[in-house]
Amino acid sequence: MRIELNGASCEVGDGATLADAARAAGVAAGARGVAIALDGEVVSRAEWGATPLPEGAKVEVLAAIQGGSEGWELGGRAWTSRLIAGTGGFRSLEQMELALEASGAEIVTVALRRIDPDAKGSVLDVLDRLGLFALPNTAGCYTARDAVRTAHLAREAFETDWIKLEVIGDDRTLFPDAVELLDAAETLVGEGFTVLPYTNDDPILARRLEEAGCAAVMPLGSPIGSGAGIRNPANIAIIAERAAVPVVLDAGIGTASDAALAMELGCDAVMAASSIFGAADPTAMATALRLGVEAGHAAHDAGRIPRRTHAEASTPEQGTPDLS
Amino acid sequence: MTERRSYDAVVVGGGIVGLCCAWRSAQRGASVVVLERDEPPAGATRVAAGMLAPVGELAFGEPELLKMTLAGAERYPDFVAELEAASGVDTGYARHGALHVALDRDEAAELRRVHELQRSLGLGAEWLPPRRCRELEPGLTPSFNGGVHAPDEAAIDPRRVTGALLAALAESGVEVRSGVEVEEALIDGGRIEGVRTAAGEELRASAVVLSSGAWSGAAEWLPPEARPPVRPVKGQILELRSPDGEAPCERILASERVYLVPRPDGRLIVGATTEERGFDATVTAGGVHELLREAYRLLPDVAEMELVEAMAGLRPGTPDNLPLIGRGALDGLILACGHYRNGILLAPLTAEAITALLSANPVPGPLAAAQPLSSRFGTHMRPKGRSQPGVVA
Repeated sequence: MRIELNGASCEVGDGATLADAARAAGVAAGARGVAIALDGEVVSRAEWGATPLPEGAKVEVLAAIQGGSEGWELGGRAWTSRLIAGTGGFRSLEQMELALEASGAEIVTVALRRIDPDAKGSVLDVLDRLGLFALPNTAGCYTARDAVRTAHLAREAFETDWIKLEVIGDDRTLFPDAVELLDAAETLVGEGFTVLPYTNDDPILARRLEEAGCAAVMPLGSPIGSGAGIRNPANIAIIAERAAVPVVLDAGIGTASDAALAMELGCDAVMAASSIFGAADPTAMATALRLGVEAGHAAHDAGRIPRRTHAEASTPEQGTPDLS
Repeated sequence: MTERRSYDAVVVGGGIVGLCCAWRSAQRGASVVVLERDEPPAGATRVAAGMLAPVGELAFGEPELLKMTLAGAERYPDFVAELEAASGVDTGYARHGALHVALDRDEAAELRRVHELQRSLGLGAEWLPPRRCRELEPGLTPSFNGGVHAPDEAAIDPRRVTGALLAALAESGVEVRSGVEVEEALIDGGRIEGVRTAAGEELRASAVVLSSGAWSGAAEWLPPEARPPVRPVKGQILELRSPDGEAPCERILASERVYLVPRPDGRLIVGATTEERGFDATVTAGGVHELLREAYRLLPDVAEMELVEAMAGLRPGTPDNLPLIGRGALDGLILACGHYRNGILLAPLTAEAITALLSANPVPGPLAAAQPLSSRFGTHMRPKGRSQPGVVA
């Protein structure tokens, strides 16, 4: 059967749907900012898989430009949003859905230990409906062995070899256990996982994780859930400057300015969970964080002025033409 | 040969909500039968802690739920008095208050934030320094940062309430049938006219009340479009017993991660985890460890207590945390489900709403926002381009 895809004739199998057309046009699963029109009518993403293509259908695949910010790459895939959201701690499913939508996030983390991917009408259904990529994590693991085993379970359950690797040192600080973390990262990379490790704000450990083959490094700003912001901005800047893989600031975000600071320091993206779901109005905070990330990213690229000790008039007097 | 019987209402589910609905309806003269797959107290009722605590359960962004829980708590003393008179059974109702304690500086900051919200809403709650907290509860850990005392909070023993309801139902001549599973809805032209049980018996009724708790959304005997948006949310809970028959605290004690509910006979309920794990109801070592650890941090005396039972139950969660009370997506189907964390508290009010619905009256004021209208779920929480199944368009 032939259809017209973006003005060109294209062969698709019988029974093909709009989802197949999207794939044929090179749209990655979970990619956002993409709209598809079938014979001039825009069809929502959730319906792509259920919309059959009639013979000779005219399909337009349009990539929307979101806020003028260019995309970034993580794990060999292109992403638009630089905010990654968590799914733990929401008050209601409805609140979670509203907040995730407002965040603009394309990637959301889910804890295998707390969420059963087969549970109907629950978290995963919401993520499906929003078209988000569910990134499983190993939250709650204290040893490399436990984290590796959890990653294997996550691969089965979520049908992805991406894993956000967390190996915790103690339950008071939830700081990463550097030794176990590196050990687990090496094992999982060796098994073909795309490993995204939650790590300390330690540039050397970050480098070691990168050398081990991790697809990104995710240094903490401050303890998980503390909302204490970025306690050691200088180290985050060093990590961001030296890393050849994306740097995602993970943990410690309390409010929008923390997210903006992370981006100004050179991070590629920011991860937020407690700051959103713990806020009095999670949807409003999700919006604020999205804008904070965008603002910080733009400011980083804009090239800020140096900090000076003394004033410098913004309109110099010398050389000013006399217009009176 | 198929046996046929006819009722005003068939109630499917013998948890506290179903039993309350049946009792109240029978009081109004309706002929009612309750069908329970298991044995009452069924589902979440069997494991619930029975806190009647609208102040402590308060969360940001849930004003409608607060209206309901406050109305529910206010209704309870009358309900208990009436039920105890009708059944002759003591329900263990105790309005002993609650004390929420901050175990460190971080918890204190969070507790003060919630306390400000409580005060802004005019709720009865007072911030107390540690010394005052320990005057109320001498068994508290010596080292903590203060607490919020909510003197009007109460608790009840859900198993005893169930016993009282069963006695009152027997007194009213209502049949409560255990071990009876519903297999099929009898539907004629978009109207539900009864149910067929797994044993093949047909029960005809003018109304079918769905009070199946966490299983309401998975009621396979209903057509998919009539199943309400209810999901199971797992909770693990412990029962401890004091060697001398006296509970180690007088009122509900809570920290950020655990709550302790004393029973008049010296037992102590320790709850509860919150897990999105489908219908899995396994008690895990990690869950028990966490509950015991946090209970011990709060009230060291628990170490001396007997660990009687560790249980897991499934709360009936809805997308917006509000229950679903009102007409369902089939004529004759009435929803009394989705009570999430508040089934014990809201059961009496729910029963009043259901009796109103059975007489074709509107759902009374406090529960108006619980009606399963699809407009309630806005443009969210539904498959795109379609309306939410299980609710009225």
